[in-house]
Amino acid sequence: MLHRSSTITRSEFEQHTGWVFKPEGACKGDVCIPLRDNSGDNPNDKSAMLDLESLAEQMGMPLISSPQHKLWALGPESVSSRALTSASAPPLSLPDLAGKPFDLASLRGKKVVVYAWAPY
Amino acid sequence: MWQALRDELNASSNNGFELITVGLDALGNAGCQTFMEAAQPTHPALIDRHHQLAEKFGVINIPSSIWIDENGIIVRPAEPAPAPPKPADAEPAAAPDLSAAPERLKSMMMEAAKIPSNPEAYHAALRDWVAKGAASEFAMSPDQVINRSRPRSVEVATGHAHFELATALQIDGHQEAAIEHFRHAHELVPDSWTFRRQAWSLQPVGDGPFARFWQGPAPDSPDSWPYEGGWLEDIQREGAENYNAPWEP
Repeated sequence: MLHRSSTITRSEFEQHTGWVFKPEGACKGDVCIPLRDNSGDNPNDKSAMLDLESLAEQMGMPLISSPQHKLWALGPESVSSRALTSASAPPLSLPDLAGKPFDLASLRGKKVVVYAWAPY
Repeated sequence: MWQALRDELNASSNNGFELITVGLDALGNAGCQTFMEAAQPTHPALIDRHHQLAEKFGVINIPSSIWIDENGIIVRPAEPAPAPPKPADAEPAAAPDLSAAPERLKSMMMEAAKIPSNPEAYHAALRDWVAKGAASEFAMSPDQVINRSRPRSVEVATGHAHFELATALQIDGHQEAAIEHFRHAHELVPDSWTFRRQAWSLQPVGDGPFARFWQGPAPDSPDSWPYEGGWLEDIQREGAENYNAPWEP
């Protein structure tokens, strides 16, 4: 996940990573990771601003940054030792040629094949 | 070919099937547009400049596919997806005229021809799943899906972060910085062909039709190549038979 700042709101983090903040921690599928600075805080406050570095460290997600370029790249979790932590399709929104975003979840109710190609 | 298959499966399932094609290219429209317009897709055709499909689904090579059921549950993780087999009565495709191509491109085509592929088995499985859904023997359980997805250590996850940062730096015009992070990604995710191919393709050799396909050092300035390998060098070292993991039901 790419970000242009060292802080992030809960809702942005949830939207991009598929992890959801709950009282027990950050959860995806059956997996929950406890968060230490969650106590006394309301996980439902989705506009709360979180420090990306601290969050990454607690979640076991690598953070590679280039602050002079205002770029923070948060790598995925490896908690299941696999690319997928859950079989639920992660959130995915990508643009078409016109730049219009398309949300994978809009195809619920159909079987979907996602086909990756490259022009090189 | 995928377009025709999509139309057939969409019709046979009463609009219960959809194909999404995703072009993985940091160059975005500039890299993908020609191919997408030629394909005239009637399905969502999207562009993934930062390779989210790698981070989120474990795509390591193209072409690859992921199957997702009506409830948004993945039933087959990322795996090699060969083009649909040609009908038995189809005209054989004319061999491309490579007489004017550089030797390197000819060698690359020879290696590519050695990559094993079993389109019949893959596409029979796809049709079976579209017809039978969860009752298909090719639809995996959630645990199978997770276990069949690519291994991911902290090192591999770190490689994905480097790769994403590299694509962003490249797009912002910081190519020297991008190369450094592409190199880290290559070291940390050595099984990803897309991470390598993407980086190599951003160092075009010449400006002709083969520029992005050269994927290796330029003959007249080999020392300026910023990466360890290249497509031809790597496939010759690793063996074309290992280019894709074999498809397993």
